Amino acid sequence: MTATKPPVASLNETDEISEGAISVLRRGLVATPELKSGLRIVVIMGLLIAFGRLAIPVLIERSLSQGMTIVDAGMQGRESEVEVNIGLVVGLSLTALVLIVFSAVGTLFVQRRLVVQAERGIANLRQQAFVKVHELSIADHTETRRGVLVARVTSDAESLARFAQWGLYAWSIHPTVILGTFAVLAYYSWQIAAVVALSLAPVVPILKWLQRRQLEAYDNYRTSVGDMLTGFSEAVMGAAVVRAYGAESRTRDRLRSAIYNRYRARMRANTYMAGVFVVGDIFGALAFSMALIFGVRFREAWGLTSSELVACLFLIVLLNGPIAELGEVLDQTQTAIAGWRKILGLLDHQTDVLAPIAGLEIPSGAVEIQARGVGFSYRNSSPVLTKINITIPGGASVAIVGQTGSGKSTFATLLCRLADPTVGEVRLNGIDLRQASADSRHRSVRMVSQDGFLFDSTIRENVRFGRQGASDSDVQAAFDRLELGWWLEKLANGIDTEVGERGDNLSVGERQLVALARAALADPGLLILDEATSAVDPETDQALTTAIRNLAQGRTLVSIAHRLATAEAADLVLVFDQGLLVQQGSHSQLVDRPGIYRGLHQAWVGNTQADSYK
Amino acid sequence: MGVRVANESVLRRGATLVYEHIRLHPVPFAISVVGAGVFAGCTVLATVVLGRITDEVVIPVFETGQTGSWSLRFAVFALLSVSLLRVAGVVIRRYFAALTSERVQSSIRHRLVDQYLGLPLSWHQETPAGKLLAHADNDTEVATDVLHPLPFSLGVVFLVLFSAISLILVDLPLAIVALAIFPTLAFLNRIYTTTIEKPAAAVQASVGDVATVAHESFDGALVVKTLGRAKAEAQRFGSAVEELRDRRIRVGYIRATFEAILDSLPNIGIVVVMIVGAYRVDAGAVRPGELVQVASLFSVLAFPMRVFGYFLETVPPSVVAKDRLQGVLDKPLPPAMVHSAEVADGPLEVEVRNVSFSYGETAPVLDDVTFSIKGGEVVAIIGSTGEGKSTLAHLVTGLVPPDSGTILVGRVPLDELSAEARTELIGLVFQESFLFADTLRFNIDLQGTHSENEVLKAARIASAAAFVDEMPKGFDTIVGERGVTLSGGQRQRVALARALLQRPRLLILDDATSAVDAKVEQEILSSLRSELDMTTLIVAQRVSTITLADRVVFLRDGKIAAAGRHEDLLHLPAYRDLVTAYEEAAK
Repeated sequence: MTATKPPVASLNETDEISEGAISVLRRGLVATPELKSGLRIVVIMGLLIAFGRLAIPVLIERSLSQGMTIVDAGMQGRESEVEVNIGLVVGLSLTALVLIVFSAVGTLFVQRRLVVQAERGIANLRQQAFVKVHELSIADHTETRRGVLVARVTSDAESLARFAQWGLYAWSIHPTVILGTFAVLAYYSWQIAAVVALSLAPVVPILKWLQRRQLEAYDNYRTSVGDMLTGFSEAVMGAAVVRAYGAESRTRDRLRSAIYNRYRARMRANTYMAGVFVVGDIFGALAFSMALIFGVRFREAWGLTSSELVACLFLIVLLNGPIAELGEVLDQTQTAIAGWRKILGLLDHQTDVLAPIAGLEIPSGAVEIQARGVGFSYRNSSPVLTKINITIPGGASVAIVGQTGSGKSTFATLLCRLADPTVGEVRLNGIDLRQASADSRHRSVRMVSQDGFLFDSTIRENVRFGRQGASDSDVQAAFDRLELGWWLEKLANGIDTEVGERGDNLSVGERQLVALARAALADPGLLILDEATSAVDPETDQALTTAIRNLAQGRTLVSIAHRLATAEAADLVLVFDQGLLVQQGSHSQLVDRPGIYRGLHQAWVGNTQADSYK
Repeated sequence: MGVRVANESVLRRGATLVYEHIRLHPVPFAISVVGAGVFAGCTVLATVVLGRITDEVVIPVFETGQTGSWSLRFAVFALLSVSLLRVAGVVIRRYFAALTSERVQSSIRHRLVDQYLGLPLSWHQETPAGKLLAHADNDTEVATDVLHPLPFSLGVVFLVLFSAISLILVDLPLAIVALAIFPTLAFLNRIYTTTIEKPAAAVQASVGDVATVAHESFDGALVVKTLGRAKAEAQRFGSAVEELRDRRIRVGYIRATFEAILDSLPNIGIVVVMIVGAYRVDAGAVRPGELVQVASLFSVLAFPMRVFGYFLETVPPSVVAKDRLQGVLDKPLPPAMVHSAEVADGPLEVEVRNVSFSYGETAPVLDDVTFSIKGGEVVAIIGSTGEGKSTLAHLVTGLVPPDSGTILVGRVPLDELSAEARTELIGLVFQESFLFADTLRFNIDLQGTHSENEVLKAARIASAAAFVDEMPKGFDTIVGERGVTLSGGQRQRVALARALLQRPRLLILDDATSAVDAKVEQEILSSLRSELDMTTLIVAQRVSTITLADRVVFLRDGKIAAAGRHEDLLHLPAYRDLVTAYEEAAK
């Protein structure tokens, strides 16, 4: 069976913005159904709120047209006499008041509803994105900047949340308010409504154009932020190197230019923003003037009264509010859409390593490994492994050796399905790894890598991660089996020592000890050690070798090490060179035969034996 | 009352913060405020124009067929010019407010860079990296958030002033009734800020928690995968996310309540104005157009008043963020060394005298350590895992000062050497090789002052030239973040080349070839031997490396257990067990 990998876009890519806001919205609603379920009620409430808002211009119009009658209009306003029907005005006002209060209650209800739905949706989206990140293959993790992945579940989601607190309400209510205003406008005079609509029409294409440019500007901005943060992270994480090599001024220059680039990108986005905000205002003034000119000129033809025209003008002023606020929230809307698109992009990213739908169980017990025609290459680069055929019997102790870059670590990666072979298949106890369920795979296979990453907690808690539900005594027992009690005793707080961020409070070798204890706690059928003791001193390493051999009783043990002591003790040695399995056999079989192994071994012996230089 | 006092002090600290920020870039801020003032003036003026148009154009035309004192053309002209001026005000305010806030951010970040690069390594070791990154990212952003709505809010002050004037000009009794809305709005805004402060701070804390979990979890992606902990991690993240969600919903509820009230208040004002206005019109004191003017003034006031509330809302988080930044910015930088002591030519002598060191409150890692190295000598430091070998390497490089005791290099105490001099004299290759996300050339030549040939030569000695040549872009190949695109052995060789490039007179190798396979290590060691015209201190595990040394310093329990030639030390059982473990196992 050959599986060819689909071409996968890098997750770092940020420059592709072929997708508009509407399309993001459509895809986003599929990913977060919570948003959709709140939508209908919000639209209905929006209509009611719009009624409340429109109470004011209607009140003014009614008051002017029916409550106040101009008895004698003199040429100077002051001299005209106005008769006021106070009862009517007060009655109208109180009716308007009721509508306003009603509208306020409606606003309250809609806002709350929106916040709840949006927050639920965002929380869900964050969790989906988080799960997805852990589903990504190790190759994706290697290729993608860490900050980028973190941003998907933090700042990108944050931009959505900020939007949910304000912008979302504006977008849910104001379009309805604008439409409602037009409806009332049309009720007074459809001609005036048409004039206003025509005057405002250019706003839509102009805003669309600006919005597109702004979206681009925002994506550039986000990229520039990422670059700046990478620079800061290097200045912090590499603090020791920077000081040891006097690289301060160069690092400072790099960071300063990254800060400047971010500033430039941000200001470019802000320039569009300033434009976006005023488009509505300019055209609002234009619409007002047009309505005034046409209303005065065609007052008789269109059958207008003065109070109706005043009400119309007032309605046009009223349009400014929602349009301006939509402009104001456009900023965060853009950020939110850019963030949303990035999260959706992550969710849509094709995972290299797919979990089977109904996974098979790997039979328990020592694992027999079969590799059949296995080949592997990263993305489009040249193959790392070619045509590996090997059967490793259950319970064997196998050492994989080879030079740096020979493909030995990649082979180990395939055994625990951190990646799938590009061609061929890997079977554990007869089950194709691709068909095995994730749970079963985790139970059967345990890998300890060179990088002993620890979580910011105690040693005890870190080891406990090795097996679910492990008790304190189980954890202690894991150390005892590795005969590492002496090391714990050296620590001030023993097994309860806090390891710090990434385990930084411990030395590299000590972190590897904790990682080994974590493996010792589990009960896997296949234990893979990838340079797992590279930073441990020789004496401890030798003691561990014995302990690990005891631990591996009844299991298959695959060790990768450049310390060939491991190979000397193994049942089977596999020698890799340039992606090929070039030699296999026991140490004693290989050591005297001409070949790569003999060369490696001689170098190793030279390294370990004092008298070789004399 | 306690809350009130606390709130006031937040506002006072907010004022200080605003002052400090603006002092950095006063000109763009001033322009922005002018823009806001123009906006406010034109907003009020526009309502006056609307009222006049009603009285002078609309009503007369409908009643008599002729306009009053304003012609239609003048009305349109007045309206459009006021509107365009207002627009200009908006553009100026927005652009320059952003410019102010962005420039302040850049200034803060520049200062952070100076602190991060200037503060001693011991400070970095005590401070979590995540915190320092948050300072440069979110904290800086939040600390300047207050600057965005500030010019608009100052504009609102003008707006209130102009509105009051225009109202009083219309009719005093009507003005008194109408103006009552401002203190009401101010009062409500005040309650709002007080109510939302704590829940909003809780949200910020939750945002931090979520980021911490994500950072850690993604950092350990490989371990999460191999342990099959993805589900457990998702749960851990999920509970942080759910807490954030619930806190946000709470803030949203409070905001929704106040927003609804603040939103409807101007409308209620209009209703009141209409009722009172009806009496005043009836009395002949007010014209209908003036009533329209007052009513429309209220309708344009609603949004700016909310911006003012938004400004008050940003004050407490900005103050808190600024406090966090200040913790770093106020740290005094170590004074730069003006005169660096002179060091004689040739390989450097090293003298470590009674040096002790401990991390924080824990038991000392090094306890009264004394030894010396002659110029040109090669000395290996041997000890078990966690015995303080790396710490000793850092101390001798001068990266971290000892708690007590002195270290002399070339007969000069380390603290009398400037950082530049130390860098030039001493080359340290770290146990964990840190690479920058840049080209290989950049990573080898960190100061950017060496020639192509020198880089090539250093790479050749470090056995890095061969694999670099195989890369399509050679030394211009860009390595991933922290060098992830290279193997561990390749990273170590690049780091070694970096140290050799500056031709140090004291080279310190901290287990610097641990990830290099045996054959390559032998290549490196032999080329080092032929290049050794310097003093060399090697932290080592392998016997081959140890035999390269003239002398061995054996560390045990933080003290020097023994020092001398490898062959002589082999008589000590503890030493023999440690270094010959593999040899013994092979027999």
